Amino acid sequence: MQITLTVNGTEYTRDVEPRMLLVHFIRDELLLRGTHWGCDTSNCGTCTLWVDGEPVKSCTMLAVMADGRAIRTVEGLANGAELDPIQQGFIECHGLQCGFCTPGMMMTGRWLLDNNPNPSEGEIRECISGQICRCTGYKNIVSAIQWAAEHPATSEVTS
Amino acid sequence: MTAVEEVPLSPAGNPIGFGSMKRVEDARFVRGQGNYVDDVNLPGMLHSAILRSPHAHARIVSIDKSAAEALPGVVLVITGEMLAGVPRPSLLGDNFAWMPTLSYDTQAVLATDKVRFQGQEVAFVIAESKYIARDALELIDVEYDVLDAVMDAKKAMDPGAPVIRDDKGQTDNSITDVHGNQSWESGNAEATAAAIAAAEADPNCVVVTEQIPYPRVHPAPMETCGSVAELNPVTGQLTLYTTSQAPHAHRTVYAMVAGLPEQKIRVISPDIGGGFGNKVGVYPGYVLSIVGSLLTGKPVKWMEDRSENLMSTSFARDYHMKATIAATREGKILAVDVDVLADHGAFNGVAQPTNYPAGFFHIFSGSYDYPNAHCKVTPVYTNKAPGGVAYACSFRITEAAYVIERVVDCLAAELQMDPAELRLKNLIAADKFPYMSPTGWEYDSGEYEKTMRLAMEIAGYDELRREQAEKRAKGEYMGIGISFFTEGVGAGPRKTMDILGLGMADGIELRVHPTGKAVLRLSVQSQGQAHETTFAQIVSHELGIPPEDIDVVHGDTDQTPFGLGTYGSRSTPVSGAAASVVARKVRERAKIVAAAALECSPDDLEWELGRWYVKGDKERGKTIQEIALLSHSSLELPEGIEGHLDATAVYNPPNLTYPYGCYICVVDVDVLTGQVKVRRFIAVDDCGVRINPMVVEGQVHGGLADGIGMALMELIAFDEDGNCLGGSFMDYLLPTAMECPDYELGETVTPSPHHPIGAKGVGESATVGSPAAVVNAVIDAISPFGVRHADMPLTPANVWRAIQGRPMRTDMAVE
Repeated sequence: MQITLTVNGTEYTRDVEPRMLLVHFIRDELLLRGTHWGCDTSNCGTCTLWVDGEPVKSCTMLAVMADGRAIRTVEGLANGAELDPIQQGFIECHGLQCGFCTPGMMMTGRWLLDNNPNPSEGEIRECISGQICRCTGYKNIVSAIQWAAEHPATSEVTS
Repeated sequence: MTAVEEVPLSPAGNPIGFGSMKRVEDARFVRGQGNYVDDVNLPGMLHSAILRSPHAHARIVSIDKSAAEALPGVVLVITGEMLAGVPRPSLLGDNFAWMPTLSYDTQAVLATDKVRFQGQEVAFVIAESKYIARDALELIDVEYDVLDAVMDAKKAMDPGAPVIRDDKGQTDNSITDVHGNQSWESGNAEATAAAIAAAEADPNCVVVTEQIPYPRVHPAPMETCGSVAELNPVTGQLTLYTTSQAPHAHRTVYAMVAGLPEQKIRVISPDIGGGFGNKVGVYPGYVLSIVGSLLTGKPVKWMEDRSENLMSTSFARDYHMKATIAATREGKILAVDVDVLADHGAFNGVAQPTNYPAGFFHIFSGSYDYPNAHCKVTPVYTNKAPGGVAYACSFRITEAAYVIERVVDCLAAELQMDPAELRLKNLIAADKFPYMSPTGWEYDSGEYEKTMRLAMEIAGYDELRREQAEKRAKGEYMGIGISFFTEGVGAGPRKTMDILGLGMADGIELRVHPTGKAVLRLSVQSQGQAHETTFAQIVSHELGIPPEDIDVVHGDTDQTPFGLGTYGSRSTPVSGAAASVVARKVRERAKIVAAAALECSPDDLEWELGRWYVKGDKERGKTIQEIALLSHSSLELPEGIEGHLDATAVYNPPNLTYPYGCYICVVDVDVLTGQVKVRRFIAVDDCGVRINPMVVEGQVHGGLADGIGMALMELIAFDEDGNCLGGSFMDYLLPTAMECPDYELGETVTPSPHHPIGAKGVGESATVGSPAAVVNAVIDAISPFGVRHADMPLTPANVWRAIQGRPMRTDMAVE
């Protein structure tokens, strides 16, 4: 099947098998390898990206279902050389160790702040509760999102 | 976050030496530019998938792969029978169907005669895409003759139990190690038995015995295991991109397994998405990707899915422990005896030093000063996945710390003594260090009471006990759990520690370029521990070169010197020491160059951070950067001095280092539902000198989450037929941000006396120390119901059953 979709502002048209998962399409067809894969059951959330402005676990969606939609991945967070505050927050607060869950966590964190600029700790924890991190014990991820909330100045980014 | 001492800042604002510093690694990770194994794509690369056994124990009658081979896009289907026909000029066997494990046992690469656990590798499909490879698995028809399975370690040695390893001519399910032993003992059996017997006869003493199992769990890193093998048919060069915590050790093992010349093997371990011991073992999938490339002449990628990871790669624990503790009624511990039945699965694939077949379990006497201790560990085969040393276990010190900290709490309950008071009465006193433990470990340094009192102060321990009493009066159940642990890490002294004959010393290389910038080449491999940052800080501390001017190279055997890799918290104690030693060598070389330039004797020079100067004339000196350039210049150097500053070193640790800590967990238990809420977690760690306190704290946070997970939810269970009940993240529950509290950390710093910078390592401390704190807290909460012990994981159902006085239901209690 032929699909056309926008990823990080660029339009792509590709022939894909109807059964191909969106996460595999993004990684293997578009070679955007910042989106990771971690489980088969939509539990880990390392494949989280945005579809039409909403965070989605891209292993739960077929690539053909993204036809005509706008995708945003971790590669679309920074504005050129300028990092998004959520990215800077993860650096400032040691919000990552192995880096594998990080793209998904940042996509969810960015979405939360766009919809709730001053979330409580509890709201942050609940928002990332569909995603697993094995390294950080979450404390510094929460701090990273809080840091980004406190430094919104440069948050104007493409989507 | 506190720095150990005030250090000057570099032009980039980084500490020149130790102190919290943002990570070099983060720049690529936050941009999605990490490079993990699944991100490796080579021209012409083929994909693969493994057909796995649906049965725990079955004889293979036939395998029909014709339909799979006929599927368009399938390149090759490999079976065990085919591997048995591939000759291998190897040191360790004559064909590819079997491979050696890290414990001198054998493991099937692809099953030939029988399958021995659910999820075992049966066939390997190589295809043009991963989707086609998976399709082909469905077309392979395997006929099995299903056999009875041994799923309960306690029944493995029953007369008439099915024999799992008949391939080795065994007649029972015992395991014999390379020394010929079938059980592993430590300590003084007679003295310990006598002390316990005497205590039983003495009305002024008590003896407490408890069954304290540590169930099977799994490290489950977010990135599963995988590899991309490229064997060049013309040059014979093998390049293996792989998820390996120990690239050099793996290279040597592949040379042995595959019979390939070691100089032709390059192992590249790129960014690793978490390891926790899961990526220490050599798995059939890695070997199959190599064989696949050998047979197809093309690169072959193998990446396991999540169920394959949970069901077939290295599990952790599965120790059935029975502990007996004797003490006076005043609470002075006299003796501890531990008997362990160790479930090793179908192949003895444990990764630990040869002379330590139970890992470092026999450090179980813990942080207390008493004369008599003894343990006996008896391993058996079962129809479960192989492995055993993983999940930040510090070579099985997780099990050791758990059993002692649990049984000490059982003793406190028997004595009706506060568990904090009981611990304070027995902690090894500061003036006893170096302390020789009753099972033969020389603890290097410690001020245990100071650490424990700090944890109690942060927790507000007395106030918590008051709150608990008030709540109980109202029918609310909160619990306070304490754990005090001591680890021995940094394996290890080459004289006694090796894996497959490879001594556990680490090589290192430091190059200083003419402009004063440096490159440090490490043998250890980060899986998130920030080596690119912290190892630069060690060199910076020794030479005064800003950390941003030092690049750290690791994870590529062609670019780094030999060493045994990152596990058992050994990077800082061993390779960290090597970094310090090699930098000091460079400093000494620099001294000679500086003396030549300053026209004085090296003996006249004095070092300050980043600079040699003439004693008594501080203005007359040369910076390390100036010296680097001079070392490459036409400056005349003394006879026998070649120039340049580059140096190499091999560090052979004289002893392990012994980090320790005191953890206090506060939980609230809903006794109607059995739900446990971890309200607070206080962790005071003493890991010696902290290179980067921010990174240390991050390591501790992660380990605390592990401990909460293991204590409350994680379990690889099996049913009686051998079906794995923890084979996906739907069933194998991991803690999320909702289950983890906002940890409260503290620190004491007692340097290791024998480590060049006094550091001890911290990667596994929190995973080792935290499970007991959580379990002790839950038991403390429900102790009014007469509960003295309940098994992990303390799920709502298990807590509820314990409150009702009913038996647990875990795989440790399969009836």
